[in-house]
Amino acid sequence: MYQLSGVTKRYQRGRETIEALKSVDLVIEDGDQLVIQGPTGGGKSTLLQMLGGLDRPSEGSVELDGTDMARLSEAKLTQVRSANIGFVFQSFNLIPTLTAQENVEAALVPLGIKTTERRARAAEALESVGLGERLGHLPGELSGGQQQRVAIARALVKKPKVLLADEPTGNLDEDTRDEIMSLLEGLWREYGLTFIMVTHDSAIARRAPRVATIKKGRVTINDRTAAG
Amino acid sequence: MFFTYLRRELRRRRKAALVIALGLALGIGLVITVQSVSAGMSQAQGKVLQSLYGLGTDMTVTKAPPADTGSGASGPPSFKFNASSGSSSQSDDRIMPQGFQTLDDSVVSKVQGQSGVAEAVGGLSLRVVKINGQFSQGQIAQQPDGSGGGGGGAGALGGGGGGGGGGRGYYRQFIKGGGANFNVDNYTLYGVDTSKMDIGPLTASKITSGRNFTSSDASQQVVVVDSNYASQKKLSVGSTFTISGKNYKVIGIATADSGDAAANVYVPLQQAQTLANTKNEITTVYVKATNSQLIGNVKSEVQKNISGTTVTTSQDLASTVGGSLSTASSLASTVGKWLSIVVLIAAFLVAGLLTSSAVSRRVREFGTLKALGWKSRRVTGQVVGEALVNGLIGGVLGIGIGLGAAYLITAISPNLTAQLGGGGGGGNPFGGGGGGGGLGGGGGVVRRAAGKSLHIALTAPVSVSTIVLAVALAIAGGLIAGGFGGWRASRLRPADALRRVE
Ligand SMILES: Nc1ncnc2c1ncn2[C@@H]1O[C@H](COP(=O)(O)OP(=O)(O)OP(=O)(O)O)[C@@H](O)[C@H]1O
Ligand SMILES: [Mg+2]
Repeated sequence: MYQLSGVTKRYQRGRETIEALKSVDLVIEDGDQLVIQGPTGGGKSTLLQMLGGLDRPSEGSVELDGTDMARLSEAKLTQVRSANIGFVFQSFNLIPTLTAQENVEAALVPLGIKTTERRARAAEALESVGLGERLGHLPGELSGGQQQRVAIARALVKKPKVLLADEPTGNLDEDTRDEIMSLLEGLWREYGLTFIMVTHDSAIARRAPRVATIKKGRVTINDRTAAG
Repeated sequence: MFFTYLRRELRRRRKAALVIALGLALGIGLVITVQSVSAGMSQAQGKVLQSLYGLGTDMTVTKAPPADTGSGASGPPSFKFNASSGSSSQSDDRIMPQGFQTLDDSVVSKVQGQSGVAEAVGGLSLRVVKINGQFSQGQIAQQPDGSGGGGGGAGALGGGGGGGGGGRGYYRQFIKGGGANFNVDNYTLYGVDTSKMDIGPLTASKITSGRNFTSSDASQQVVVVDSNYASQKKLSVGSTFTISGKNYKVIGIATADSGDAAANVYVPLQQAQTLANTKNEITTVYVKATNSQLIGNVKSEVQKNISGTTVTTSQDLASTVGGSLSTASSLASTVGKWLSIVVLIAAFLVAGLLTSSAVSRRVREFGTLKALGWKSRRVTGQVVGEALVNGLIGGVLGIGIGLGAAYLITAISPNLTAQLGGGGGGGNPFGGGGGGGGLGGGGGVVRRAAGKSLHIALTAPVSVSTIVLAVALAIAGGLIAGGFGGWRASRLRPADALRRVE
């Protein structure tokens, strides 16, 4: 369970200070799905970074299951990321020189899993996203949708508690977008993940049970489950 | 994963890796080349010194030069030529110690008695001028002699003249009313202590025909002739060689290892002393130290305890070697050294900057790995590992370049000349006062060697230590490049996974 209180994030750019998040309070229950929406520059990615332990807030606390990630040491935070949090990025972020299977394996490296088990689990994860035939392909040899599937397999292979996705369909065409969305939703249900996704796609947002909208660093929650 | 990732990166970014490796290779190749050329230079210098000293000699003891060296305190030698006027052919040998400075041979045992001296042996270096010619009155013949070399040759001399030539080899003064037309044969004769044959100049030669002296030859009229001189004079084992009217039997032909012998003719010491009329005198004591580390101590010991002597170590002598060898050798040790240091530093810097810029291009990649939970150390290690492999590839290429260059130099083997004794006259003692004045400044050995020039082919031997150095430099270059890149990578944050910059 996430519990954010008073989360403020400021970026210093020269003399100018940008407040990307302004005293955000937010609770996300385990297994929930949250869609984050908002205009560009509103602070969506910044919020996701706070949730994923990629960066620390300037003020406030980001608790994951009672541990304040804002106060963890770098080493501990790295450990939390490696074990509990899966990321899917807009531009896939695969290692271009590694094969699909090796890219997925990279997520298991910090967990100290042995090579043979790592390979098997990576192959299994790629199978589950429909890429069982593409293990030895390089990212450059795969389509955008396939690359994002590899990225999803990489995020889920370690069976994390939380899946964070920053505009996962942003670089994809319409058909592929739907494919990836239904894949993600299927996996969310299957694994019982906490699934937090930034998207510009209002059709997706309309389907989502809970939507957070960020404008100029301020969050408003639209909770359909609570309302309906 | 480390090695898989490393291998994939190096294979898929081959060009970038090759650029870094080639830069390092150039620097390392240059270091190997300079190192091997320097080694070749010192080998060449060693050969030069060996040709003077023979094997195993650590230093020589000679008579100290007169206090006032410039004015020729001892005066130029004078020659009395017993020529009678007329047109008949006449001949005479003039024999004098090289440098005109001798020591009493009791110095040998004194030197032997010093601590740290393993062995000391005396030798007498002589120059023989053989004059054959016809003399007639009223003729003035004069010809400049520019050769300055030791080979002698035909010359015509203003009869009885010869003062004040200043060592340049020109005959400036000539006497009116007298004339001569004759040949001058000029050669060097070395008196060998036949009881101690293991050090001294003759050890720099091998006996290629006949036999060497033995202790029983001490009072025999026998000579060993240098092969060059022997072929010039058509001498062979069994021939008779005449010095000052005495007949000597050629018992052996010696060939100098370096191609340039210490003397033309070798004769037992006693014979040499008799010929030069210098009983119990020697020109040089050849000294072997018990330990090469002690040479400095022995030198000061001898100089302190035996007055009137000059001690010349091979190091002292090396500093007097002139000619293209010493020019090239100082070039190699200064320009070569600095050039390779500069190129190395440049190569290291370029490798570092290229590695660092490669990391900049992979900001998102490394950010993503950190976001996946890779420890900063692991990411940095990956970068350093790649750089290290680049360095090693550079090292291998560099060793290839260096070996190629060294092989090429050895194959071409450019000829270098070594001028010994710091110039001056002495090639022909008839060059006026040159013998007394111009040569007074040097030490005895230097004096003896005055005007000598050696031709030595340069080789570029590559030693194991050079290869070890190259590998060390390759690793250092890889680590420096890895340091640059790794530092950059260590500063990346996981949030850089989301950076939009490509
Ligand atoms: N590293 C940074 N340094 C300085 N300013 C930053 C940094 N990251 C984000 N910002 C600023 O913080 C604000 C929020 O950025 P953020 O990336 O969270 O927006 P976003 O909602 O994700 O926008 P988009 O829809 O374009 O992705 C923006 O004004 C942005 O310029
Ligand atoms: Mg964003």
